[in-house]
Amino acid sequence: MRGLSFDVAHLLAGSLVLVSFMQLYQDRLYALLNIYALHALVLAASVAWQAFIQDAPHLYLTALIALVFKAIVIPTALHRIIVRLGIHREIETVVGVGPAMLLGMGLVALSMVVMLRVTAEADPLAREDLAFALAVVLLGLLMMVTRRNAVSQVVGFMSLENGLVLAATGAKGMPLVVEISVAFSVLIAFIVIGIFLFRIRERFDTVDVQALDRFRGERR
Amino acid sequence: MIDALTGVLVIPAVAAGLLAALPGYRLTARLNVLATLLTFLIAVSLFAVEPKSGPYLLVDDLNKVFIVLTTFVGFTTSVFSASYISHEIESGRLTPTFVRFYHAMYQTLMFAMNLALVANNIGLMWVAIEMATLTTVLMVGIYRTHEALEAAWKYFILGSVGIALALFGTILVYMAARPVIGEGLEAMVWTVLVTKAAKFDPALLNVAFVFLLLGYGTKVGLAPLHAWLPDAHAEGPTPISAVLSGLLLNVALYALLRFKMLLALNPVAIAPGPLMVTMGLISCVFAAFMLYRRRDIKRMFAYSSIEHMGIIVFAFGMGGTLANFAGLLHMTMHSLTKSAIFFAVGHIAQVKGTQKIADMGGLTVTNPVLGWGLVLGVIAIAGLPPLGIFMSEFLVVSSTFAREPWLVIILVFGILVGLGGLFLRLNTIAFGEPRGPTAPAEASYVPMFAHFAIVFVAGIYLPPALVTGFQNVARLLG
Repeated sequence: MRGLSFDVAHLLAGSLVLVSFMQLYQDRLYALLNIYALHALVLAASVAWQAFIQDAPHLYLTALIALVFKAIVIPTALHRIIVRLGIHREIETVVGVGPAMLLGMGLVALSMVVMLRVTAEADPLAREDLAFALAVVLLGLLMMVTRRNAVSQVVGFMSLENGLVLAATGAKGMPLVVEISVAFSVLIAFIVIGIFLFRIRERFDTVDVQALDRFRGERR
Repeated sequence: MIDALTGVLVIPAVAAGLLAALPGYRLTARLNVLATLLTFLIAVSLFAVEPKSGPYLLVDDLNKVFIVLTTFVGFTTSVFSASYISHEIESGRLTPTFVRFYHAMYQTLMFAMNLALVANNIGLMWVAIEMATLTTVLMVGIYRTHEALEAAWKYFILGSVGIALALFGTILVYMAARPVIGEGLEAMVWTVLVTKAAKFDPALLNVAFVFLLLGYGTKVGLAPLHAWLPDAHAEGPTPISAVLSGLLLNVALYALLRFKMLLALNPVAIAPGPLMVTMGLISCVFAAFMLYRRRDIKRMFAYSSIEHMGIIVFAFGMGGTLANFAGLLHMTMHSLTKSAIFFAVGHIAQVKGTQKIADMGGLTVTNPVLGWGLVLGVIAIAGLPPLGIFMSEFLVVSSTFAREPWLVIILVFGILVGLGGLFLRLNTIAFGEPRGPTAPAEASYVPMFAHFAIVFVAGIYLPPALVTGFQNVARLLG
């Protein structure tokens, strides 16, 4: 049982990193949102598995939040926003796909080296979970800096946040995980509402963040 | 039973609900002042009767100082805000609905900051700082102009990344504590963490601190993570600029200091000092140079905030009782002075109808009280004697010079460059040919001059009780 539970947890956490890579090379917003929904789905499965092997029923709640809110509600809402704004065309990347993937691999290697070295004494499950989680966090950051589009930056932030939830659930017996995942969901909801309410397109005629730079406070 | 500790949380929370429900900006502005005054009085009572710390809330010498400073500046800012807001309503920049929202958010922000300061749990503290970030994002975007929305968005994204990194650091601290303390709530409680910190895994703590420094450092506004700060200060309502500079940066710094204390207790972990010293110095020198080419008055003082946060982080990074004392004093003086400057700047921008420095001039002739108030503020913030900031900067320099002369020379260089930049701009704004509208200001000068009076007195005489209090905290910080 010990062997199996470890393997499954490992598989799910590893898939999360893989899905993060898949996000990196999506150059269409629709596809990107679908992959993000997959990301959240894998996260939900991973958290549910952690809840099962740690015998921590409250984590099922976190898994449920991931499933309902992140895998269904948010992607659907963003889908609608994209259609409303009429921006379901190609998205520009600052860095090409090739360099982005190479950078991503470098980041994953970095997180493995850092986390596996410093957690030598921790139990192997938590240890590898943490290494994967850091990789997901860094890939999310990479996504945020390689995209110009506000929506895809938000997707980058949300996958970063999935990495944090993975880390929090992997840390056995960590209190407040549910509260923190709720707080994060509120944050994300704010961002999504923000895109819509701020109506970036209406104000700026584009959600390309580069266009926002024109309105820097000092260039008037 | 409500003690003072829950009092500083309950009052803003209740007031937030009340202010969201009540119409009429005159009444709500007064209620806002009343609520912050009550919170301040209760915070002061912490010195008389010290409530017991529980698993969620704690009170000790360190956070008492922060709480009293936060609630005091929160109170004076609400007085300033009342007159600022009524002008904004008259000029039509804000509608009554937005003002209602603004007041509710103001109290929510006070609640979140107090919660971050009294939290005895690293997870709870993180949630509180996130909440404070969200409320300020909403307030920065309140004017809904191009610039305000862009500033809010930038602040939002950078702030979110910052708090995300801080959460990762928090999880790592828990991971380090778990083998020693055991699973569950205990392993996130400050008072428990501190007693057992010596046995934590040092390697995990090291990595955790790097994340925490980057995460909360973003909120402190340390270069190179400061990009959100000038925009957020410039585009939001001025009372919020005052609260951001005077308080929110401090709250993030407080979180950082708590974790620094934790690391200092572990003999094998890296010394957090050098990291903080480096970031502090970079911020100070960088921001000092950035002061020269500012065209917007609020952006200029935002960069000055980055400079001073750099100096403060430098002092705390150097460590030792004397440097910590200097850092603490500098933080207090900076909060008071900078918020007072923003009080002046807010009214100046309202009189002139613009924030562009090029469109202001001769303020000391057209609006003598505001003009000379600003001159006094800049003299104070630039660190000229005999005001409080001169004294605290002098203490920072003299307490660290013997230990690291080269670093201190860089710091002094930064301070002097900053001084030049500030006076260059002040010359345009306060003296010379009057430019722009010259209508008399309907301003509340009391909060501004109250702050200046404290800063002035502190430059000459510090009450012994205050000195002993600060010394205790400085010893606590190690």
